[in-house]
Formats: sequence, C-alpha cells, structure tokens
Amino acid sequence: MLQIHNLSAAVADKPILNDLTLTINAGEIHAIMGPNGAGKSTLGYVLGGRPGYEVTGGSVAFNGQDLLALAPHERAAAGLFLGFQYPVEIPGVSFVQFLRESLNAQRRARGEEPLSGGAFLKLAREQAALLRLDMEMLKRPVNVGFSGGEKKRAEMVQMGILDPRLAILDETDSGLDIDALRICGEGINAIMRKPDKAVLLITHYQRLLDYVKPDFVHVLAGGKIIRSGGADLALELEEHGYEPAL
Amino acid sequence: MTLPLPTRKAEDWRYADLTATAKQWPLPAAERIAVPAGEAFTRNIIADGGITRLSVELAPDAKAAIHILSAGTAEYSRVELDVTLHASANFTLGGVQIGGDAQNREIVTRIHHEGTGAISRQTVRSVLAGHAIGSFLGQIAVARGANGTDAAQSVRAMLLSPTATANARPELEIFADDVKCAHGCAVGQLDAAALFYLQSRGLDPAAARRLMLQAFIAEAFAGADDQAHLMNLALAALERAA
Repeated sequence: MLQIHNLSAAVADKPILNDLTLTINAGEIHAIMGPNGAGKSTLGYVLGGRPGYEVTGGSVAFNGQDLLALAPHERAAAGLFLGFQYPVEIPGVSFVQFLRESLNAQRRARGEEPLSGGAFLKLAREQAALLRLDMEMLKRPVNVGFSGGEKKRAEMVQMGILDPRLAILDETDSGLDIDALRICGEGINAIMRKPDKAVLLITHYQRLLDYVKPDFVHVLAGGKIIRSGGADLALELEEHGYEPAL
Repeated sequence: MTLPLPTRKAEDWRYADLTATAKQWPLPAAERIAVPAGEAFTRNIIADGGITRLSVELAPDAKAAIHILSAGTAEYSRVELDVTLHASANFTLGGVQIGGDAQNREIVTRIHHEGTGAISRQTVRSVLAGHAIGSFLGQIAVARGANGTDAAQSVRAMLLSPTATANARPELEIFADDVKCAHGCAVGQLDAAALFYLQSRGLDPAAARRLMLQAFIAEAFAGADDQAHLMNLALAALERAA
C-alpha cells in the first residue's frame, strides 16, 4: 500500500529525514517509535504534504501512485488520513459543515455521488457514538474549546467519517487520560483494522500499543529507521529505553 | 457656501480616495433617520461605489441595527454613519468590506452617546487582496452625564496579499465617569496551519480559503435581516477579489 524509498526531507533547509525506507502492506499496523527530534512528526507531515516540509530525495508510492506529486487534498481523496498531534482550532467553522464539505470533496474527486445532509448526519452520529463524543460537539467550531482528549477523539471521529485506506496517526495518545486512551485505541481498531486498510502509528510510548497491537515496530533515530521488529520490540524499548538501540 | 474639498490633513479623509471624492463634491446631505422611543430600525447597506451617508437619531429605548457590505467593482466606496443614542438606546453595526486590485473601502462612524445606559456594538471585518485599502475610522463620543454607557468596537482585517493595507483608527472621547468602552483591532493573514488542516481532510485550497473567510466575516452579519442574502453576496465578492 505504501512504499517509502530512501526518503530525505528538510525543514527550513535543515535535514530531518535521511534515506528513510519503509513498506506498509494492506492489513498491517506499524508503529514508529523514537526519541524526541528523531523526525517522527516530520515523517507524518511530509506524507501529508504540509507546506514547508521539503522532500530532498527518494520516493513514496501510495497504491501505485506517486504520493509526493499530489497536493494535500488529493492525498486525502486517494485515501490518506493524517491524525494531528496538535489538532488546529478554527473559530467560526463548524465541524459538521467542514467534514461534510471535505467528505463530499473527496467523493467528487473519486467520481462518487456526494452524500446528502441526512445521510452525512447519520454517519457522523454513528462515528461520534463509537468514540463517545457528544454529537453536539460536532456542531461547534472546529476544536475550539475542546480539551486535549476531546480533540484527539474528534480526530478519530473524522477518521471514521472519512474512512481512509491508510491512517498516519501522529501521537494520538499524547494528552489522553486512561479512559480516553482506551476509547481511541478501540476506535482505531474498529475503523482501521481491516484487510484492505493500514495504519502507521507515531508514538513515544508503549501504552497505546496495549490497545492497538502493531504487527511491526520501528525505531526512528537521526531521520532513518535503525531497527525494526515485532510488537515485543516496543516492550523492550519501554523497559530499556532507546539508548541500547541507538 | 460650499465646503472646500478635504485634504489628507483632515483625519477623517486621511485614507480616502480624494480623486473619486472630488467627483462627488459637494456631498449631498446625509439621509436623516429618527427612530422614535421604543421603536426599532434596521437597514442593510450594500455599497458599491460612492459615498453613502446616514445620520441616525435614537430616542430613548429605541434600537437600530445597520449592516454594511461594501464590495463590488467600484474603485472607491465610503460609508459614513453618524449615530446619536439617547437614554437606554441600542445600536448595532455589522460591517464587511471586501476589496482587491487597487480598490479603496472605508467605513467611518461617529457614535454619540448622549443619554444614560445606552449600548453600541460595532463589528467590522475587512478582507483585502491585491493593493486594496480598507479603513475603519470609529469615533465614540460619550457626553457629560451619559453614565452607564456601554460601547464596544471590534475591528479585524485579513490581508490576502502583502501589498494590501488595513487601517483601523478607534477614537474615544469620554466625558462621563461610569462608562464601559471596549475596542480591539487586529490585522492578520489566513492561518497557514488551519489551511493545511482543512486541506488534509480533502478540501482543495480554494475551498479551504473560502471556508475560513466565510467564518471570518460571519460574525459581522450575525443578527442581520436576510443574513443569508448578505452572506451570498459577500461570498461572490470574495470569489472576485481573492
């Protein structure tokens, strides 16, 4: 599904990613762990197409398409979802309006019929219930006045509504209390644990992986993957820290 | 006797397009509106060119709500409001100015709080592209004895290009003691992080911008008569200017 080959990227002319190679197949959940400043969030932004994150080398293929040639909204329509570590607050724009427009823009780009207002609200209500987020909150401006945990649950609701093929979740577990962590973990499994989908979890800690069992765990340091293993690698890192792996 | 054409030295005309103004000089007298005690007045002003002048006098407990959309193809539009509030009167202004190219848009208000306990609320949003200039000159004068006055001004401008200009000049003249006068102004650009967030969900760049600009101006139209119509006109103007 996703083939990252020798990817290098810079932010403000500072190299962050350095020949990173990673393949994710359909049906797999990968976790990327690593110390602060390793380039984890940069990887997410580069794959999402954020301006200012400059690709200096390598390639990324997403379901056979050249991902790096696509604009951010085209990547979304192709089935990529980026879960933000710090979801942005947008006063005056309601979640419901924004998500309906977004979903229908994606559907139009794929040659599908747009969803009616009623059908969209039904879908939004189902996904909000899955993440135990009050539907009323989705009528409010995007993320404004949401607690850290509510923002992350709202990210997962968005993922449920947009129904992507590949989700890149950047520290979805940060800022969550124990209950919210479990709810988000169960949400990720319900939405994304399917044979035709895949997930890349970017995280500092093992705790989210208790709920979302990864098939592969990678250690990112100095802008490249220095070690890969199964789910037990995360436990080993939790116990001994990153230093022995570096 | 005709007044001489103002020069840039006159504060109220500092940012004006004086060439365009000269063509209309001398200006016709302002339209006078007297709202009787306890009654309400509303007006939507769609300005596209010329100088629109309104003078409103609010008797005790009277209310007025004026909403302005200043946009379109004209090079210069200026709306002047002179509002006098007597005791416990209530005045609301919601103004939106949209300009591109070398267009110049101005809203000039003079709010006179003459009686006690009157309330005035002014919300002005400008969206400026190209070399456009958008100005808001807002004077609030609280007369001696007009205690309990509650006046507020919120002025924001969004610059869509580095060559656009926004001017905001609040001017408070307060001769009473027990008064609340709040004013705030901010000039900014569309938030790049928010634009990327919207695009990452599937909106193309134009749709993401439109959604954010719509949210930006919506506040000024809150409570207007035929709010949807004003918003549709504004959105069409944004398509042209931005």
